[in-house]
Amino acid sequence: MERDVNQALAREFGLNAEEYQRVLDIMGRTPSFTELGVFSVMWSEHCSYKSSRVWLKQLPTKAPWVIHGPGENAGVVAIGDGLAAIFKMESHNHPSFIEPYQGAATGVGGILRDVFTMGARPIANLNALRFGSPDNPRTKRVVDGVVRGIGGYGNCVGVPTVGGEINFHPAYNGNPLVNAMTVGIASVDKIFLSAAAGIGNPVIYVGSKTGRDGIHGATMASAEFAADSEEKRPTVQVGDPFTEKLLIEACLELMATDAIVAIQDMGAAGLTSSAVEMAGKGGVGIELDLDHVPARETGMTAYEFMLSESQERMLMVLKPERQEMARAIFEKWDLDFSVIGHITDTGRIVVKHHGAIAADIPLAPLNDQAPLYTRPTVETPKLEQLNPARIEDRLGLTAGLRRLIACPDLCSRAWVWDQYDSTVGGQTVKRPGAADAAVVKLEGLKRALALTTDCTPRYCLADPEEGGKQAVAEAWRNLTAVGARPLAITDNMNFGNPEKPEIMGQFAAAIRGMAAACEALDFPVVSGNVSLYNETEGKGILPTPAIGGLGVLDDAAQAVGLGLTPWLDIVVIGQTKGWLGQSLWLREVSGREDGAPPPVDLAIERANGDFVRARILSGEIRACHDVSDGGILVAIAEMAMATGVGARLSAHPRDVPGHAFWFGEDQARYIVAVPDNASFIRAADAAGIPAMRLGTSGGGDLTLPDGGTISVESLRADNAAFFPTWMDSNRS
Amino acid sequence: MKPGIVVFPGINRERDMAIALEQSFGEKPRMIWHKETDLSGIDLVVIPGGFSFGDYLRCGAMAARSPVMGAIHQHAARGGYILGICNGFQILTEAGLLPGALLKNASLRFLSMDCQLRVERTDTVFTRQFQKGQIFRAVMAHGDGNFFADDATLDRLEGENLVAFRYADANLNGSARAIAGLFSENRRILGLMPHPEDLVDPLMGGADGKPLFDALAAA
Repeated sequence: MERDVNQALAREFGLNAEEYQRVLDIMGRTPSFTELGVFSVMWSEHCSYKSSRVWLKQLPTKAPWVIHGPGENAGVVAIGDGLAAIFKMESHNHPSFIEPYQGAATGVGGILRDVFTMGARPIANLNALRFGSPDNPRTKRVVDGVVRGIGGYGNCVGVPTVGGEINFHPAYNGNPLVNAMTVGIASVDKIFLSAAAGIGNPVIYVGSKTGRDGIHGATMASAEFAADSEEKRPTVQVGDPFTEKLLIEACLELMATDAIVAIQDMGAAGLTSSAVEMAGKGGVGIELDLDHVPARETGMTAYEFMLSESQERMLMVLKPERQEMARAIFEKWDLDFSVIGHITDTGRIVVKHHGAIAADIPLAPLNDQAPLYTRPTVETPKLEQLNPARIEDRLGLTAGLRRLIACPDLCSRAWVWDQYDSTVGGQTVKRPGAADAAVVKLEGLKRALALTTDCTPRYCLADPEEGGKQAVAEAWRNLTAVGARPLAITDNMNFGNPEKPEIMGQFAAAIRGMAAACEALDFPVVSGNVSLYNETEGKGILPTPAIGGLGVLDDAAQAVGLGLTPWLDIVVIGQTKGWLGQSLWLREVSGREDGAPPPVDLAIERANGDFVRARILSGEIRACHDVSDGGILVAIAEMAMATGVGARLSAHPRDVPGHAFWFGEDQARYIVAVPDNASFIRAADAAGIPAMRLGTSGGGDLTLPDGGTISVESLRADNAAFFPTWMDSNRS
Repeated sequence: MKPGIVVFPGINRERDMAIALEQSFGEKPRMIWHKETDLSGIDLVVIPGGFSFGDYLRCGAMAARSPVMGAIHQHAARGGYILGICNGFQILTEAGLLPGALLKNASLRFLSMDCQLRVERTDTVFTRQFQKGQIFRAVMAHGDGNFFADDATLDRLEGENLVAFRYADANLNGSARAIAGLFSENRRILGLMPHPEDLVDPLMGGADGKPLFDALAAA
């Protein structure tokens, strides 16, 4: 239903008075209803990054192996053998709260398209998930729907879901985070970009038909939730993984030819953003005739066509002489293929519908004059460093360990992974839970990719700069811990309302920390996504800059897992001061969420990691696990549970209180299992790397330094209990 | 023996299967698009896993009516070999080439994990490189693997010794009599739910499934 265009309507569409005035200035007249729709989605936070762009520019994006950094559909890095890895992580937070199954499913579908639109065959999916407190009545339904949605889509398209992470915190009660990451492989000389070219070239629409689903999804994703979020359910798209699978195969088949000039998926803001971005990047104009857009419903208006976020659709510019060959490929796959327009030299987007012009907008100002805000920031006050000696340990090591490994943030995620196909493709070397990073081999080659997602939101809330640094460092560490050479990251910045100075301050500080870590670790950002307004009724989430890391192994056989095997020496790499501030032990055992989080010394991080990686590749290290949530004792327990092999641990150094030594979360540390600790520790000493023997693997029990003994079987039972008990009991 | 892999739209384990077959047969198998109708020169028709036609309607129901199925029925009638795994097993039951049906897993959730299979007979072209009673590991990855048939059919299958594999430890999908795989009466058609083709390389966690493909290659 078209309405009169005025400032009040513009406000409903998410444009403020100043932004609407800018629209009037650009157009030189009152825009049509459809034109206002185009401006409002292109200038939404989701599409324009208007609050975040000034900060994102601070991130390092270059390295000799980076082929395409941020600005394309996904980041591209060279990985050797003439191949490129193409990857990105993207949020689908708002839709996943409103409609968990479809929100998560279409999140997976959308990120897959960002990757295969560049010419890559997707080889792995990961997902970083944050949910509300398990005690919140809504959380269970959201977890169930999100997990089913990720599985329902990923399993069907046949891309293995190999990793990810899950946190629970009450701050996500009204606003869960669903960040999906896809990694694909392409030949370095066959990468497809979105800049349109060739005046007169046909513009082709392929994939699913357009319906009324998802209209204004990008605008919805750019606003806070109120209590009426249920009413926004129609703005959530519906996914069809079967069509996506056909689209992947058809596009890759066409990409093997020389037919494509430019290609872009229709994601957020649908046909509008793909047409505007393709023509804008190419510096050309584009004319579309909506009468040729395949429609699922009758009577759709130009506005609905332009703003629909129906899934599984792509827009391409083809060489005219290849059009019929391309059509034959899409017909083979039973997909719609329609010429809906052509490239012009006008520098304008012209949209026709039923013979009339529904929109006619100059592209340069639509893109260049998009709002850009340097919003006010307030620094997060620094918290006091806690003295571990003044924090009482009421539980002791044995009970403390049991409580930690059973808690929702550390318990086994097998219930979740077991619903994701992690092996399709036949190249999964390290499945979920087997190693610190997933390892996926490249078909027909020795080479493998290592993949991880990381962020510790409680650190980010306490100190966004250290937290941002830590998220990048932990991703780097997890790739290192399997023996991979870390190459690059994708970031998914999930924050609250950017119009609040304290939130914008979190964002700016997190970027500062991330930038420092990327710089120090030669680990640039090549793609990313920003999700703001993650608030419900004024309550923001924990600042969550989720990092997706990618590394490479020249030989997949060199990858190590985290599982202990018998009769190895267990050694900790890195210094342990016993940092308890913001630790999981402090939260789960003492019921406190305070203190400064552990600082990350990037020079030490790099030195320790480079040492560990070299020793993995030389074959000395048989198992490796980074020390993160829960500290050393949890790390060793996880190594034991992975294979069912126990360990006997010796006493800790006297200068650190026991609970702080075993549960503290100092950074830049790894637990490694080696056949001969003496020569290993000598080598570490010679390299100036702190290394200390903690015990020996073997048997079926974990024997703690205070004499307590727990069978690995009972640890596993405690660790496995939470998810099935919570999810599969008392089903409503 | 010359193998060919049938590809329906939505099938997604054809690459895994091609790798496993190539490893044992020494050459790449022919890929057969579902609209082809000529299977001449093919001795072993392999229908891999995936979600043919999105598993819409019922798993395998639409694929069972695809153009290639006429040729597959003729191949079966001639006594040709057919291997259907996961969605391939579902398609074979929908096509009437194997009895029973695969229902939703008892848990109503997708199951993706290793499982243990027990070999029930070894005098077939598929299983002769296993030992009778041998337990081997395979990858389970399905939402609808819960084998169902009426009691009379189950009794007949047991009586005629047509059960190929059973779940040896946990029967997680709830299959009748823990049946994971079935032979046709002439034992030239095998359908099974878990994926031996995803464990043919120690680098991916083991080569437990390799004897199945080696046996076919040696036939």
